[in-house]
Amino acid sequence: MSSYSDLEAEAVPGGAGPEPVRGRSPFRLGWERFRRDRTALLALAALALVVLFATAAPLLAAVTGHPYDVTYPDTGLDLNGMPVGPGREFWLGADQLGRDVLVRAAYGARISLLVGVAATVVATLLGVAVGVLAGYAGGAVDTVLARFMDITLALPYLLVAIVLASTFQITAVAGSLALTVVVIAFFSFAAMGRILRGQVLSMREKEFVEAARSLGAGPLRIMRVDVLPNLVAPVVVLASLLIPTAIVFESTLSFLGVGVRPPMPSWGSMLGEGSDVFQTAWWLLAVPGVLLLVTTLSFNLLGDAVRDAVDPRAERLATSRAGTVVEDGEG
Amino acid sequence: MNDVLVRLENVTKHFPIRQGLVFKKEIARVRAVDGVDLKVRRGETLGVVGESGCGKSTLARCIAGLHPVTGGRVLFEGTDVGRLTPAGLREFRRQVQMVFQDPYGSLNPRRRVGSIIGDPFDIHGIADGAERRRRVRELMELVGLNPEHYNRFPAEFSGGQRQRIGVARALALRPRLVVCDEPVSALDVSVQAQVINLLDDLQRELGLTYVFIAHDLAVVRYVSDRVAVMYLGRIVETAAAEELYARPRHPYTAALLSAESVPDPDEAARRQRIVLTGDVPSPIDPPRACRFHPRCPKAQARCVQEPPSLIARGADPPDHLTRCHFPVEADDDLAHEHASIRQVSTDPALPEVER
Repeated sequence: MSSYSDLEAEAVPGGAGPEPVRGRSPFRLGWERFRRDRTALLALAALALVVLFATAAPLLAAVTGHPYDVTYPDTGLDLNGMPVGPGREFWLGADQLGRDVLVRAAYGARISLLVGVAATVVATLLGVAVGVLAGYAGGAVDTVLARFMDITLALPYLLVAIVLASTFQITAVAGSLALTVVVIAFFSFAAMGRILRGQVLSMREKEFVEAARSLGAGPLRIMRVDVLPNLVAPVVVLASLLIPTAIVFESTLSFLGVGVRPPMPSWGSMLGEGSDVFQTAWWLLAVPGVLLLVTTLSFNLLGDAVRDAVDPRAERLATSRAGTVVEDGEG
Repeated sequence: MNDVLVRLENVTKHFPIRQGLVFKKEIARVRAVDGVDLKVRRGETLGVVGESGCGKSTLARCIAGLHPVTGGRVLFEGTDVGRLTPAGLREFRRQVQMVFQDPYGSLNPRRRVGSIIGDPFDIHGIADGAERRRRVRELMELVGLNPEHYNRFPAEFSGGQRQRIGVARALALRPRLVVCDEPVSALDVSVQAQVINLLDDLQRELGLTYVFIAHDLAVVRYVSDRVAVMYLGRIVETAAAEELYARPRHPYTAALLSAESVPDPDEAARRQRIVLTGDVPSPIDPPRACRFHPRCPKAQARCVQEPPSLIARGADPPDHLTRCHFPVEADDDLAHEHASIRQVSTDPALPEVER
């Protein structure tokens, strides 16, 4: 008869020192899944290039000798007053005022990324606060907050944004940036808030929350210790999908002339200004358009990859896609 | 010497059913617990049995102070739990703990086992740092877990081990009362025995009092000193465990016991099953008077008109209480009788007698 400890010793082959088993955190597991996703790594690389492009904007201005807000009517425009195409002087062509499209696109990347990330951060904070409060408090608080979110979702956001921009008539670049961020955040937080509210509503009934209550934990502690950590996955996923939406939103506003003020370039305003002359100067649409496409597509793919990585159910889909799992009967 | 730890006086818990988006109107209420009187004595295990949906779990949460009661009082050591001051409530939370049914749902999947078990020390500011770690390891050892697994996540444990984690958390503050809400229902039979024996050992070691909710009659019989049988939000019979299993007085208890599986096949063949007809009526609209009358083989007109009270019947010992006008006698043959009275709603119509 071997005792329990004998059996355990057998289980460790060669009598090597038992390696301490450490629980891997969900984030570590998620990161390991993420690292195996090639699409995600490609998207990440593309975004790294866009970020590099944005940070290198002053450098590009110095190398080309063309600041973003200076017009070069002599070299940038031809004899008919049309912008010159990509060449030695203007690498990606000039715009209708004779400004360097490459330099402007680089500065526009700064605006897009800045507004996209800032609006997402604000919207996420707002969405988490409102969603968790509504879901956990319930009752009248929930009714008021939930209806408020419904109303924001029902408002025609473009009209409101245009009205806001024309009402405030902000001409300073910083001011218009701030207003753009606030408008985007205000119209984006509700989607996240509603999803989180639902999550909290169902979590409030979970036994581990009840267990915490029976131990004597207060509502703030329960929200901090038990509710918020379980929301990290949906928040990360929703936020990563919010960034491209915010970037497109900003471009739309700038395209309509109610976003970031000139002369500060933004991909949206470049598209807007270029749309008048694009029949002869295709690069005016192609450069900001391709950048916008690549950036939002990369963020979207990245968001999907993050969801696959942090959501265990999505993992199964990923493995079946890779062919390691036999196809299921459906389809 | 007062040996009653918890006393329930006419406790009711109703859940309103609301309709409407903004102005929520109450259209009905689920009478989950509807007038329960109960005593739990120090050091005993009180088993509560009943079908799914009879209000057992709601009763457990009322006792543990997780649901405010709609009516009646829950007295713990003589003080009304519903009227505790914040400081009193904190103290109450230390004295009364709960072990939950679902070993998967009751542990936060995002937190390490060590911090889950250490929560009570943190919440009540009793120990932190190295002292807390030491006490958590002690608790893990006490419930038969390897203290080395301190840093693992709940997902890395089996159902039985998770239930041990739940028990360790409940015992951290050395409570006086532990309310176990179907603590073994979600476990394999072999693991059930381990957890039940663990609870039993801990009761002896730490002088605990248990309220043990279950639907498994064999489990309740094994752990309980006294048993209360619930039906549709009410206690229909309560007695010492041996007494109740030997001489059930309420027809519902008799029917439940006749459905219990018996390990001996000869005995099982001899056994006569009392088959109840119909389903459990809705707790939104429970039958009038005796709630069991639509399914009761012994029901008579009186059962529809006059609610029976929970008292000792005939020559029963004084702590064997039955809520029935016509308790089961030794020579009754319930197996061959069928429900004779049917009442589908609370409409006060005269009893409809078939046959």
